[in-house]
Amino acid sequence: MRIHADRTVCVGSGMCALTAPTLFDQDDAEGRVSVLDATPADETDREAARDAVDLCPAGALSIE
Amino acid sequence: MIQDPPVPHGFPIERHDRYSPPASLTELRQRRPMSRMRYLDGHDGWLVTSYELARKVLSDPRFSNDPVRMHPVMTTQEIEEPLSAPPGIFLRMDPPDHTRLRRMLTGVFTVRRMKELEPRVTEIVRSQLDELEKHGPGADLVEHFALPVPSLVICELLGVPYEERDSFQVDTAGILRLDTTQEERMERMERIKVFLAGLIDRKRAEPTDDLLSDLTQNPELERDELIGIAFLLLLAGHETTANMLGLGTLALLEHPEQLRLLRSDPALVDSAVEELMRFLSILHIGPSRAATEDLELGGNLVKAGENVAISIAAANRDSERFDDPEDLDLRRRAIGHLAFGHGIHQCLGQQLARIEMRIGWTELFSRFPNLRLAVSPDEIPLRTDMVIYGVHRLPVEW
Repeated sequence: MRIHADRTVCVGSGMCALTAPTLFDQDDAEGRVSVLDATPADETDREAARDAVDLCPAGALSIE
Repeated sequence: MIQDPPVPHGFPIERHDRYSPPASLTELRQRRPMSRMRYLDGHDGWLVTSYELARKVLSDPRFSNDPVRMHPVMTTQEIEEPLSAPPGIFLRMDPPDHTRLRRMLTGVFTVRRMKELEPRVTEIVRSQLDELEKHGPGADLVEHFALPVPSLVICELLGVPYEERDSFQVDTAGILRLDTTQEERMERMERIKVFLAGLIDRKRAEPTDDLLSDLTQNPELERDELIGIAFLLLLAGHETTANMLGLGTLALLEHPEQLRLLRSDPALVDSAVEELMRFLSILHIGPSRAATEDLELGGNLVKAGENVAISIAAANRDSERFDDPEDLDLRRRAIGHLAFGHGIHQCLGQQLARIEMRIGWTELFSRFPNLRLAVSPDEIPLRTDMVIYGVHRLPVEW
């Protein structure tokens, strides 16, 4: 699994940092997504990553 | 043979019980989740009621939120001259204008920054519970707790003196009444803006430690835009969380088995907040979007200029997304509900609202373990006459 975040479309809702805080954070300036771990190995984290993709209101996250 | 549900004229708001969306919306979701809807001015637009379609419309960049493109959905509204969003009201703007203004604020409302406010929110909640207690059994939970908590928090964050709330609270409430005419709304908005303009000019000269002071130092922001932003945040920060706290408390009191679960396992509060948001969906009218080009949606052709109204409340009761959607179940995974919206306009203050509700309900039920209604539930006045649903008053005892 590899997580991609498109910061150009991120609206800073924080849904990713809320649901998967070990994988995502938000920058202080504009609250846009930063990926802390793009290749989670743990299954709980992978599940959280899939949730974050589903919940992102801006469609900024994807997984390959 | 069962007849097809009729095409609604105006957005359905007739409720049959306190918590469920109007039955006609539920029927539409089951039978025709994308329906024609006749708008008040005769416009033939659309109404979507399913979770999937609601999410699609809210996140599709081919839909605009510009008020100039909108037709009136409410039968209580007069037919108004469409006006563009006033400066700073980015909620009603499309990219790139929306993007430019929202990005000046998103850094302030991150999960982490809101978490830092928890101790202060707890203090505010506790002091309002003292206030409620002081008024004794029969006191109105809305007046002493549900409204002042978010009001105090947003005032402090923005740097608006709470003691001066008389200068805006009556007018913000007036703006959100469904029968308010365009003229009255303009007058009320103008009065709040004059108050905020004075405040902002003082902060520009002598900055204090708050969001409005910080924004006065931003050279990219025009004075009119800053006034608009202050107005929007003040309005949005007040009436939304306040009504969730009021109506949510009533819902918990009327579902004692759920309240017992929450009291026996306080860690349940995070999922309780999401479930109450889903179940209550207090944004009970609209939102609407306008197609900027011909497009296909749910097997239908939406023509450029046509409006699509969305029922958040019906979408949040969609069994395709939520099992047993008519049940209030604090243990379910309700996150992903659309009560904060979806797409680029999803609520900017949602992380703050979550904290206010989490701390609010935790402290409320720990202070008053025997909290109960002081009147019969049928006597509680519902906000069916307001843009944001909830209760006008909630007399309680303990």
